[in-house]
Amino acid sequence: MNTATTPEAIQVLTDRTDQVWTKGSGKAFKCDRKSTAGSVTQRACAFCGSRVVLYPIADALHIVHGPIGCAVYNWDIRGAMSSGPQLHRNSFSTDLAEKEVIFGGEKKLKESLVELIEYYKPKAAFVYSTCIVGLIGDDVDAVCKSVTQVTGVDCIPVDSPGFKGTKKSGYQAACEAAFKLVGTGDTGGISKYSINLLGEFNIAGEAWMIREYFEKIGIEVVATITGDGRVDDLRRCHGAALNLVQCSGSMTHLAKKLKEDYGIPMQRVSFFGFEDTARALYAAAEYFGDEDLMKRAQELVRSEIAKYAPTLRAYKKLLKGKKAALYVGGAFKAFSLVTALRTLGMQTVLAGTQTGSAEDYEQLKEICDPGTVIVDDSNPLELAKFVLEKDVDLFIGGVKERPIAFKLGVAFCDHNHERKIPLAGFEGMAHFADEVARSALSPVWKFAPRRSLPRVTQNKEGVSA
Amino acid sequence: MSNFAVRIDRTTAAGAPTEGPEPKAATRNACKLCSPLGAAMVFKGVRNCLPFLHGSQGCATYIRRYMISHFREPVDIASSSFSEDDAIFGGARNFAVGVDNVIAQYEPEVIGVATTCLSETIGENMLGMIKDYKERHEGDGPPLVHVSTPAYTGTHSDGYYAAIKAVLQEFVQPLNLTLSHQVNILPPMCSCADLRHLRDLCALYELEATIVPDYSDTLEGASWDAYHRISPGGTSVEDIAEMSASKATLEIGHTQAGRKDSAGVWLEKEHGVRREALGWPLGIRLSDEFFASLSLISGKTMPETVAAERGRLVDAYVDAHKYVSGRRAAVFGEPDLVVALASFLSEIGIRPVICATGSKLKGWRELLAGEIDGGIDDIETIAGADHAKIAERTRALEPDLMVGSSKGYPIARELDIPLVRVGFPIHDRIGSQRQLTMGYRGTQELFDRVVNALLKVKQDDSDTGFSYL
Repeated sequence: MNTATTPEAIQVLTDRTDQVWTKGSGKAFKCDRKSTAGSVTQRACAFCGSRVVLYPIADALHIVHGPIGCAVYNWDIRGAMSSGPQLHRNSFSTDLAEKEVIFGGEKKLKESLVELIEYYKPKAAFVYSTCIVGLIGDDVDAVCKSVTQVTGVDCIPVDSPGFKGTKKSGYQAACEAAFKLVGTGDTGGISKYSINLLGEFNIAGEAWMIREYFEKIGIEVVATITGDGRVDDLRRCHGAALNLVQCSGSMTHLAKKLKEDYGIPMQRVSFFGFEDTARALYAAAEYFGDEDLMKRAQELVRSEIAKYAPTLRAYKKLLKGKKAALYVGGAFKAFSLVTALRTLGMQTVLAGTQTGSAEDYEQLKEICDPGTVIVDDSNPLELAKFVLEKDVDLFIGGVKERPIAFKLGVAFCDHNHERKIPLAGFEGMAHFADEVARSALSPVWKFAPRRSLPRVTQNKEGVSA
Repeated sequence: MSNFAVRIDRTTAAGAPTEGPEPKAATRNACKLCSPLGAAMVFKGVRNCLPFLHGSQGCATYIRRYMISHFREPVDIASSSFSEDDAIFGGARNFAVGVDNVIAQYEPEVIGVATTCLSETIGENMLGMIKDYKERHEGDGPPLVHVSTPAYTGTHSDGYYAAIKAVLQEFVQPLNLTLSHQVNILPPMCSCADLRHLRDLCALYELEATIVPDYSDTLEGASWDAYHRISPGGTSVEDIAEMSASKATLEIGHTQAGRKDSAGVWLEKEHGVRREALGWPLGIRLSDEFFASLSLISGKTMPETVAAERGRLVDAYVDAHKYVSGRRAAVFGEPDLVVALASFLSEIGIRPVICATGSKLKGWRELLAGEIDGGIDDIETIAGADHAKIAERTRALEPDLMVGSSKGYPIARELDIPLVRVGFPIHDRIGSQRQLTMGYRGTQELFDRVVNALLKVKQDDSDTGFSYL
């Protein structure tokens, strides 16, 4: 039978038992592995990894070299906003047909690039290689070089065939591509108190909120990479004094390169939740060792918390004691969510990520409560199993996790890049509480069979008694 | 900012209007999806079937996310998760491991295997792998059905029809009998409600329909009391096996009608099941043809309830004709849907001035010419269209409304004209899986939506804002 009424009815694949761990169990835990074939991983491919990282650079041309599928599924679905150019929201593809797969796609790529660059006048062009290009042996580097010469616009190959490693390998390819622009711009006039925000994608305008915090404190943000991104910002980002890395999985590689080549130190931060946002602001202020900066940071934190704390307290009363599951892309987001949920009086009973490292998971294990299940590179069946086992009230994830929650009568909060609601910073925490509450406290759950059955039974018993 | 936010396909990186000739080589904002998506839709319509894509895992993940955002249901699609080594040396091992893991986790009755660009390009021997699988499981494992779906040869629509044929070829068994009450339906990519309606209509003619695919329950199911590893619903392999005994096959969709290698043609040639090739039954004329076929097969006259629906629809056409007469529409999407929409709109007096599809279909104009009421001299027919092209022509012709998927929203917003959402994907509104676009009832629903969209414009545009129109 295909119906699982109890969590025990869903077996974890033998190949994956090391990637599922319960706090307090003492057994071994593995991560950073390629996905098991047939496991129905929630991860995408290396191409997708590259595409998500570079996507928000709004004045660049992004062209996907390959058959149409790779380009079309990510056309303008993400919430990464731009304050100006919207060129990134188009989907450009060489849309290779059979004859190009056989005879090569270089000619079509070159024609496409030249035409598009003349038409849209981008500041740079990123050329993403897909599986097919990795196989048919197109010399994308050579095409990029020649088009750069002809047009005067930097064409940068992104080495991202889907099969080349995991989504993380795609992040790395994107960082390599972005790094090609770094160091080519003028760094004159940059403040000594200056930072880059790496791994902040400006979903629903989050980068704008965070940038404003730093500006209020007196710290200049040279580049947000890549949220509301601009090619010229990338060119001069090596002039910043400090790198704050938010989505560590995607951007650590670029931060490391900036450290190696330009000596810019990096700190991992997060802007989800009061505590982590405050910590990130203090960390930057402390780094520059200026008392005025720190004073302003403290003032800002105080006034922002005062603004939103009453809202949160009200929600906490309503949400206290509820159990949450979270499954997200990177580990730093997971840490913050565990803390943010605690702020709302909620307990995390299931936590997982697509791309966490061993170091990340150690930290995650530490901050979670005993009994919490931790999963790496999980799949729908495992997630459903632990939702049932832990009797979860709320699931935090992306579109692919949503139906697992909803089918089982569990509330859901979208914390992925497709969302259109800002959840970062102090204001974002209030939105987050609101998002959680709207779902968790909705009156509809009483009709969901998994929620209503016990009550129906009770009533029947009541009647018969 | 608003300067940038409209006309994003016609604005330079600096925010100026684009100049010079439109780029031709690249596809800009495609009006099509890839063929494995179509195959996955079909596999979701077979009972206890798990779709499996042989290639990189991103294909499965992307397609899952796209289908989930449209249907709002679990869509699990497995992948053989190719690595670099597999791309060089072949993915046979990953295929074997992947299939075994799918069986261990899902206990499927069928595994629907579709290839991807990657596995097709390296020339994977799928039949050999399936043979190995059978030998390894000594006939005990669930059957695998395989369809070849490289995205570089067609669109999701082609993948969809190819998968239907593959499923039939795999499972239909020769039976030396004809069941006079049984009919096969091979539908185009339509809504869940359409599939249910087709079944109910057949029942009114005392015909039992075997529909392939039938994703009406798997992609629009109830809330669950337990977790279903594979969503309940779909046509069983046993029922598919017996399709050879059906009295006739209704193969729906204009693009399939003219084909000599369609699934319906195969059933007719191989198993002697009479094939009725029909257009998508939208609008009165095409619905009439559909119901006439049901009458012919069943020997029954039109049931009163259906006749009553037809009567009400004609009455509605008359009641509202002045609101729509002489209006112009841009229509885009899968070829079979566009033909049906164009036919319907022309029937009510709206000129479908742009009929665009992403498929590079030969004979697209001729196909439309045969279905549009009032000739096609004033109609632009575009095959192999992308949304940049559709936007360009829509700006030029300034129609009163657009009819198609969510992907038409940017241009509809720019021109401040309504978009009546039909087709796939619809990921900015809820309920598209419940919307009917077949039969008199489905026509009525769509007709009301079209008329009301135009009435809203009229009302909103008026300074006085009358509540009485």
